[in-house]
Amino acid sequence: MERTLINLVDISKQFGDTLVLDEMNLTVRENEFVTLLGPSGCGKTTTLRIIGGFVQPTTGKVIFDGKDITKLPPNKRPVNTVFQKYALFTHMNVEENIAFGLKIRGKSKDYIRDKIKYALKLVNLDGYEKRSVNALSGGQQQRIAIARAIVNEPRVLLLDEPLGALDLKLRQDMQYELIRMKKELGITFIYVTHDQEEALTMSDTIVVMNQGYIQQMGTPEQIYNEPENAFVADFIGESNIVDGVMLEDRLVEILGVKFPCVDEGFGRNKPVDVVIRPEDIILSETEPGLLDGVVTHLIFKGVHYEMEVMAGGYEWLVHSTKCFPVGTKVSLKVKPFDIQIMNKPESEDEMAVEIDG
Amino acid sequence: MGKKSFALPYVVWMIGFTIIPLAMIVFYGLTDDTGAFTLENVAAIMTAEHAQALWLSLGLALVSTVICLVLAYPLAMILKSISKNRSSLIVFIFILPMWMNSLLRTMAWQTILSNQGILNLILEFLGLPAVRIINTTGAIIFGMVYDFLPFMVLPIYNVLIKIGQDKVEAARDLGANGVQTFFRVTFPLSMPGVVSGITMVFVPAMTTFVISNLLGGGKILLIGNVIEQAFTSGSNWHLGSGLSLVLMVFIFISMAILAKYDPEGSNVV
Repeated sequence: MERTLINLVDISKQFGDTLVLDEMNLTVRENEFVTLLGPSGCGKTTTLRIIGGFVQPTTGKVIFDGKDITKLPPNKRPVNTVFQKYALFTHMNVEENIAFGLKIRGKSKDYIRDKIKYALKLVNLDGYEKRSVNALSGGQQQRIAIARAIVNEPRVLLLDEPLGALDLKLRQDMQYELIRMKKELGITFIYVTHDQEEALTMSDTIVVMNQGYIQQMGTPEQIYNEPENAFVADFIGESNIVDGVMLEDRLVEILGVKFPCVDEGFGRNKPVDVVIRPEDIILSETEPGLLDGVVTHLIFKGVHYEMEVMAGGYEWLVHSTKCFPVGTKVSLKVKPFDIQIMNKPESEDEMAVEIDG
Repeated sequence: MGKKSFALPYVVWMIGFTIIPLAMIVFYGLTDDTGAFTLENVAAIMTAEHAQALWLSLGLALVSTVICLVLAYPLAMILKSISKNRSSLIVFIFILPMWMNSLLRTMAWQTILSNQGILNLILEFLGLPAVRIINTTGAIIFGMVYDFLPFMVLPIYNVLIKIGQDKVEAARDLGANGVQTFFRVTFPLSMPGVVSGITMVFVPAMTTFVISNLLGGGKILLIGNVIEQAFTSGSNWHLGSGLSLVLMVFIFISMAILAKYDPEGSNVV
């Protein structure tokens, strides 16, 4: 594992009466692609701005490479930011925008010219030196904003919803480009987004945030396959979240039907939340001993059919490549591995982070 | 009848109140009493008295414009930095005097600054020596700055509030300190406002005759006073029009120089 580069220690931030971050702790390793993911107002942008130096935390420390940089102004920090709305300098052309940071640092003309050439090549905009930034498309402006940041050779690049303003196709292209740039540059990326698909595609580590708390931190696979609570399960992808009772290790009762699962250590007869992804439900002809239901909705989605199945008093969301017309009686099967068991929230604080689906 | 007919009132207005008067000034300026063509009225600017008035006007207008700019820019930045709700009230208070007749406000200063005026009464009360301000070029500059300052503040303020905070943050992020951020980002981006402000102060300052009449005691002649006197006491419309043409040319030149610093021509006011 690479060594630790950034350490946020007990960071809290209060704006007026609102607590935006509550004693947050976060570790970012060198050369990691970390995504802060959450709904608006969850504190992800504030976290990024604290690392960038634009917001002072109310309490807590920012440790960068072993040094406390909490009080350091943005211009003295070894990080650069790609802003949400690009924030290009409209009174300068492309070249002058990219050269801004280098000129401030007093680099030589030759050095600056080489750097600009390299950066424009990296973002696939060779030859755009003399263009006016006002004449560029949104995607091109975004690339210039990235070029302007990376020429300064930051140890960390902070990206604040950089693809938010782009259309879907461009956004997907840029995701791959960002991964490529990250590989080529070999620096740490800290990326803020509310788009779970973006987070899953690009990140090494996803930090799911809500209401100033980190809900879960892990690889995209961990976050998607093993959500730790209902919020994460609901926010990342689509899920069926139902009440269940953990009868014993590796056996859970869902809506009156026993399902074998792989979870252990919850105790006996313990009420739990059960998460089942729509694509993990297998529909079949009715069989005895399984959860039976009736298909109530059917939509063709291209890759798969999306169905709603009324079973055991719960409307299940099911994704399947097989089509069961509305009114068909079916049974629901789930492989033990695909059943995710979570503790019910205990405190009111935890309740608060549950959002309605 | 197309949409163009809606423009008719404006066309009538422009012809009646801009083009015809301008044509008359050009006609009077380039003719003598008999109606014959002459450049005498325009050339009259070369006489020592007129040339001196023109240079003085130019000088005083430049000085007051610079003072206005130096005062207005920090003020506009302070207004911008104050929280949104409060700044609108402060901006309102600031432009309130503009709703009063400038003639009245200038006359008030005449009384305050006069040799036996309020200012000297206060100085006397404090045991300080009296000052002689009234009827000096200093008093005229003071009057110009006082009258025209809001016209400098508002366009600069309007541009400053539109400069996104993210541009300032981007500059800081790229390593610029506060001073570098101001001179490389904030100030260049506010140029359209500065240019508008300069225009709105320089032109009236260059042409005023009221301020110099009231605060200069009629002894200090600006080009505005010379033209005014040619029309009124001198009743020489030909001379007045000829000098007006010269003044217009000067203003056009000034505007052309300014336009170079505002490439987008984005007038803010």
